[in-house]
Amino acid sequence: MKKTAFIGALTVAGLAAGMASAGTLDDVKERGTLNCGVTTGLVGFASPDANGVWDGFDVGVCRAVAAAVLGDSDAVEFVPTTGKTRFTALASGEIDMLARNTTWTFSRDVDLKFEFVGINYYDGQGFLVPRDLGVSSAKELDGATVCIQTGTTTELNLADYFRSNNISYEPVPIETNAEGQQQYLAGACDVYTTDASGLAATRAAFENPADHIVLPEIVSKEPLGPLVRHGDNDWADVVRWSLNALIAAEELGVTSANIEELAAAPTGNPEVNRLLGTEGELGAMLGLDANWAMMAIAAGGNYGELFEKNIGENTPIGLARGLNAQWTDGGLLYSPPFR
Amino acid sequence: MTSVTDPPQGSFRLSMLLNDTRYRSYTFQFIALVLLIAFMAYLGVNLVRNLAAAGLNISFSFLSDPAGYDINQRPIEYDSQSSHLRAAMVGILNTLIVAFLACVTATIFGVIAGVLRLSSNWVVRKLMSVYVEIFRNIPVLIWIIIIFSIMTVAMPAPRAFRGDNATSSMLFDSFAFTNRGVYAPAPVIDGAMGWIVIAVFIASIVGIFAYRRFATKKLYDTGQLLPTLWPSVAMFFVPTILVYFILGRPITLDYPSLQGFNFQGGLHLRGSLIALWFALAIYTGAFIAENVRAGIQAISKGQTEAAASLGLRPGRIMNLVVLPQALRVIIPPLISQYLNITKNSSLAIAVGYMDVTSTLGGITLNQTGRAIEAILLLMLFYLTISLLISGIMNVYNNSVKLKER
Repeated sequence: MKKTAFIGALTVAGLAAGMASAGTLDDVKERGTLNCGVTTGLVGFASPDANGVWDGFDVGVCRAVAAAVLGDSDAVEFVPTTGKTRFTALASGEIDMLARNTTWTFSRDVDLKFEFVGINYYDGQGFLVPRDLGVSSAKELDGATVCIQTGTTTELNLADYFRSNNISYEPVPIETNAEGQQQYLAGACDVYTTDASGLAATRAAFENPADHIVLPEIVSKEPLGPLVRHGDNDWADVVRWSLNALIAAEELGVTSANIEELAAAPTGNPEVNRLLGTEGELGAMLGLDANWAMMAIAAGGNYGELFEKNIGENTPIGLARGLNAQWTDGGLLYSPPFR
Repeated sequence: MTSVTDPPQGSFRLSMLLNDTRYRSYTFQFIALVLLIAFMAYLGVNLVRNLAAAGLNISFSFLSDPAGYDINQRPIEYDSQSSHLRAAMVGILNTLIVAFLACVTATIFGVIAGVLRLSSNWVVRKLMSVYVEIFRNIPVLIWIIIIFSIMTVAMPAPRAFRGDNATSSMLFDSFAFTNRGVYAPAPVIDGAMGWIVIAVFIASIVGIFAYRRFATKKLYDTGQLLPTLWPSVAMFFVPTILVYFILGRPITLDYPSLQGFNFQGGLHLRGSLIALWFALAIYTGAFIAENVRAGIQAISKGQTEAAASLGLRPGRIMNLVVLPQALRVIIPPLISQYLNITKNSSLAIAVGYMDVTSTLGGITLNQTGRAIEAILLLMLFYLTISLLISGIMNVYNNSVKLKER
């Protein structure tokens, strides 16, 4: 019994630590599908629709990478991960990349040996409360019961926020967003806290979204982005520039509607030409086809299109662009040049 | 007449390791052992090499870093600035709390159900069969989630208790059943006087046992039967109550009351604890019931009939004749049920009960990324606690087993 358990642990440990080998790009090409880690279901970011087809903002990033590498935006195997299992899944090689509204932090980047390739959503932690609770500020939450997903940065931010404001709370640890929603709606917790985008998405799924308000306090910086394993720079480049291609495409006015036309022949804008592969050798430098970025953008549209379609103001989630607007529009999105 | 022939004392040759039945088994056991060690060494080297390749190392220094997260059920002082080690200790205590509660409750359920399964009353017998068959044939995780969901959905939220026309009210003004758990009055011990009352209470319990032992001895020595029931009852209540009032009621009850968002004060049994506790108790109780039934049925029917022909009533037959003998059969499988409860308590994670798997093996592991170290520590803890339980139960088993003279 002792020995068996020990062997089991070693095997797990071996899996967890061992498979961070180089060559993910070749593995993905050989396999013909991209294994992409997503949430277990957060409407707007990643959730399966009625037909079981995954859809959402994070899913769009996965599909763009799959399209860039394999030329097929459907060649993605979506692996649902919880806040706790996501890093093990990535470190063990079970997934090739993780696009699961994961906050870029120092320790995750440096200590856990991951590589955040960029930021696809600038977020911050907020609090969702029922309107009839009569609370208008997070500082009034002394003694409240708070539902919180375990294994997240929000858990630590929450502890810090309440401690620095010298108020108490009772944490109710939950595993998935669905569980949090159930507990919150049943009144087992007064407050649900997670990233403001997640709160908006969760509230959109309620029967009466208007009965719930997101408090004005945003208590942390949560830059969310896709990440890959440390040490495989070629693969990290592919994912990083696939994301940048989506952002740059919006800036350059390349949309899924006009991309066929723009990619057919070199245009007057040299950066568009380099992006779409009608000029230069950028694709070959990544080890991909010349039209890699075109495929990535055509998969679901550019960044702005993905945003509007999944979480924008015309969707039930109704998020404004805010910080997530292009730098030219006063936001923080700023893709390095394609050159 | 028997004669003992010594085995031939030939000189040992290397080929005897394979050809001689006296040595052959040692040879194969030795080979198996070497292979096992080689395999373990391979896994160990593989682990170390892969860790090195990933730039990681094995280090337990994270245990002294601040944990940074809060825990709702804290048997000992803890806040988010305490160390990960402290968080693990809180988790360990929470594991032990739920395991202890569940072991006691499961034993009570199990013994009652096991005895009643052999009842001569058809309805009672069948009801107990239904209990055993339903509860032990559905996985315990499902039971935990069922009980937790029922509590969450069916019970009122604390705000239902608020206002003049509240939809819910407290039982006897002291118990509140909410979907966040049960709030009950908690005793508050008021200084040294309070401890004196507790000391008197413990002393009177010791006194009861001493008196009963004395009565038994008297019965065996002189044949004189002393009354035991009412003196025991008197000793249980009278001294404690007297001291309690003489010292000016030094133990008070802290009643829960609705303040702000929650009930404050009193004892808070969280929904997660209740769900885990009862699920483990009813599930394992069904197994214990079968152990008890098997133990009772292992006692020959002649014993019961002999006791009956001596004029003993059925209750006394069970308590004085059957159960003491049945215990010998019941205890060994009971040990493994206790171990099962302790290990199954790690399913706490499903309802957010902060046991050691949730703190050390959950949040700490996640926040520090020290998976191997955390899992090794968890294994060490569960192994230690399991060996401890089985050690204690073996001592008890030795005290009830058949004394061979």
